[in-house]
Amino acid sequence: MLNPDSVGRTFEGAESVKVSQSEIDAFCAVLSENDTTVAPPTFSIRITLDQSQEILSNPEIGLDWSRVVHGDQRFVIKRPIVAGDSFKCSSTIESYKVAAGNEIVTVRSDLHSDNQLVVSTWSTLVVRA
Amino acid sequence: MVHIGGARMIEVGNILEEKIFYLDRAMLKAYADASGDQNPIHQNENFAVSVGLPNVIAHGMLTMALVGKFVTDWAGGSAAVKEFSGRFVKPVIVPADHKVDLTVSGVVTEIEGDRITVELKASSAGVKVLGMSKAVVVK
Repeated sequence: MLNPDSVGRTFEGAESVKVSQSEIDAFCAVLSENDTTVAPPTFSIRITLDQSQEILSNPEIGLDWSRVVHGDQRFVIKRPIVAGDSFKCSSTIESYKVAAGNEIVTVRSDLHSDNQLVVSTWSTLVVRA
Repeated sequence: MVHIGGARMIEVGNILEEKIFYLDRAMLKAYADASGDQNPIHQNENFAVSVGLPNVIAHGMLTMALVGKFVTDWAGGSAAVKEFSGRFVKPVIVPADHKVDLTVSGVVTEIEGDRITVELKASSAGVKVLGMSKAVVVK
């Protein structure tokens, strides 16, 4: 079970995550997207889901990541991600509830490059009972 | 009304013509590598079955990425998308040596200034897989 005290807490990613052209190319290739000058709209999940896993699996927070399924996902994109972006990721546990034995957690992640907000994401994760 | 590409007029109620994407195990592997999500439920049938799934399932985010491709093709590129959301209601099941469909369609539901809201539908094998999916695009 998630430690209820963690709701509302924000976690700053320790290190910047740099985006390379080859990462964008690989993501585009799966989608048969020919324009690789910018990243596809869902590319940021590559950065934010890792971060969420790291935070939520921390024993102090207590989520059982092995039982997590993705419930829903939302992106608000200020500008497209490009190669060379170097992101600081901050993640906030926005809400937590238990329904029918399942834990439902919403994590918001903000990606900043050069102190500018580029993408905000909201991931709702369900820990199956 | 918004002009897209200077030629077409976009209005509420406009239909985005249905498109079918095909997924197979090779695509799941490629997406696992591209996204960093190596959860074995998306690659290993024995593992998937052991945790109660009918077979290997596609990453929800792969489904969403393909729906995103549907939107960006319509809107004129990845840079057009300002908001995008969806709920993973059912998994896309991907048996070995099969190609399964992801059938996507959309409709323009709102226009506010240069922001166009599109509601999206996605199903696989006749089952709805993505719910409450919307994108806001700007041209």
